[in-house]
Amino acid sequence: MGPLVPDIIGNDLNFIVALVIGILFGMILEQAGFSTSKKLVGLFYGYDFTVLRVFFTAGVTAMVGVIALAHFGLLDMNLIYINPTFLTSAIVGGLIMGLGFVIGGFCPGTSVCAAAIGKIDAIVFVIGAYLGVLIFAETYPLWEELYFAQNLGNPQLFSMLGISQSLFAFLFVLIALFAFFFVSIIENKANGIKEPAIRFTPYYISIAVVGFALAISAFFFPNKKESLLKESNNQSILQSYELDYISVDELSCRLMSDDKRIQIFDFRSSEEYEKQPLPKSTLFTIENLFEKEPSKLLHLRHKKNILIGSDELEAKRIGYIAKELGFKNIRVLKGGFAEFQKSILDFAPASALASNDVSEKDIYRFRFRASQRLPLLIKESKPSGAVKKTQKRIVGGC
Amino acid sequence: MENTKYMNPYYAGLLLGLLLLTTIYITGRGLGASGAFKSAAVATVESVAPAHAENSKFYADYSKEHEGSPLKNWLVFEVVGVIIGAFISGMMSGRLTWKLEKGPRVSSKTRIAAAVIGGILWGIGSQLGRGCTSGSALSGLAVMSAGGIITMFAIFGAAYSFAYFFRKFWI
Repeated sequence: MGPLVPDIIGNDLNFIVALVIGILFGMILEQAGFSTSKKLVGLFYGYDFTVLRVFFTAGVTAMVGVIALAHFGLLDMNLIYINPTFLTSAIVGGLIMGLGFVIGGFCPGTSVCAAAIGKIDAIVFVIGAYLGVLIFAETYPLWEELYFAQNLGNPQLFSMLGISQSLFAFLFVLIALFAFFFVSIIENKANGIKEPAIRFTPYYISIAVVGFALAISAFFFPNKKESLLKESNNQSILQSYELDYISVDELSCRLMSDDKRIQIFDFRSSEEYEKQPLPKSTLFTIENLFEKEPSKLLHLRHKKNILIGSDELEAKRIGYIAKELGFKNIRVLKGGFAEFQKSILDFAPASALASNDVSEKDIYRFRFRASQRLPLLIKESKPSGAVKKTQKRIVGGC
Repeated sequence: MENTKYMNPYYAGLLLGLLLLTTIYITGRGLGASGAFKSAAVATVESVAPAHAENSKFYADYSKEHEGSPLKNWLVFEVVGVIIGAFISGMMSGRLTWKLEKGPRVSSKTRIAAAVIGGILWGIGSQLGRGCTSGSALSGLAVMSAGGIITMFAIFGAAYSFAYFFRKFWI
């Protein structure tokens, strides 16, 4: 599961990766024509929309790619850098940068690219940008309040708008396609080209088809977490869903015999967990199942994973989500902790056996023994607490 | 036509998008540029006026958040790569020349002054926007960050609004 840094690619190797990515970045920018200010500002005067085409094509490609990787469980969205939203500062900063764009003719990335091939205006711009940061740094106290105003955290725009991720991506790709069409008309007008902007040639048709396919594909990669959480509340799905269960008696037996092959994941609330932690159990949340690091525990081979919910329904929900996420060796405690409490911990010896059935007698005897022994085990047990998460969100940005 | 020398913009955009996606998959973060300017500025002040750097909040906050030298930074390496990559590309396409590019109606002096002022504005703006076109707008768009996309609209919106007043610079 991505990101590969820092597990698979160490922090030092990451610098080499940065260099290689930078080289490719520079080559693409230069080849696209971002090394000339006249081409860059063309989009603000209508004669050259290269920047808009490259920018939005890149943006929507990467966006749908991120959605697809997250859908297939290849990218942990909790670990990647989502630019924070400090609303005031984001708008004011953007306005200042926009003004700088029409005056200076570059943005920082393109200025570096143009300076590298000898554009003197770009070299001067680079010096200016460097001075700009120094000016900001020296006058930082003046900006500080604005800089931290209206901190909204790291929201993604679709959730702020209250629409699904898929719909957002779909609309965004369509807007980009429409923009491509629209700017071609303006561009031809500005340059005095008489031909219609869009013609039915294989070139334009293929762009439209690929673009539309990209837009539609957003619906094929629904946000797995969103849809799983929603489905798991649907009774009829849960009812017919097949899960492997472990009975409260088997669990008790394994606990008493100190079975090393089981791992217990307790999904109850942390208060309930602290009150009665089962021996060697880990406190887990549904959220953890979707995260890169905590979920590694469930992938340990030769271990049976026992999932405990607070009651029958909760247990089923958890089992459903875990199994749909592809975890193997999953057993769900039948009836949840409530059943365990009722049948084992609160076992009432007085409810003497009416029946003469042999197996029921065995169960009676077993439960009697378990109800004596397990409360002690629970008292003695040192719970390992909540699952550990050492990985933090990567800090990126400029 | 001059345009034919350059790569088809949709093709270039696709390649750039795939590069950005790869970057996010490998490193968990997007592309950027202005961060390298920041690192360079902080590094200069830390070595030229270390006492000032310690007492000034901006630099102190920076060194609190970043371990080691400010130049040992992901974006610094990436931007060094951009310089190398753009140079290679310019060499392959025969575009390596010293040249001051400007609109037909503007003097070289004005163009130089405008480039410095534009740069300064970007230097300040990219701090407030927590990234520039690459780090905030493009990378923010890829991960659907609200802040990144808002900054993106602010950049393009402002550029279009101000374009009329600076048309003499370009056309």
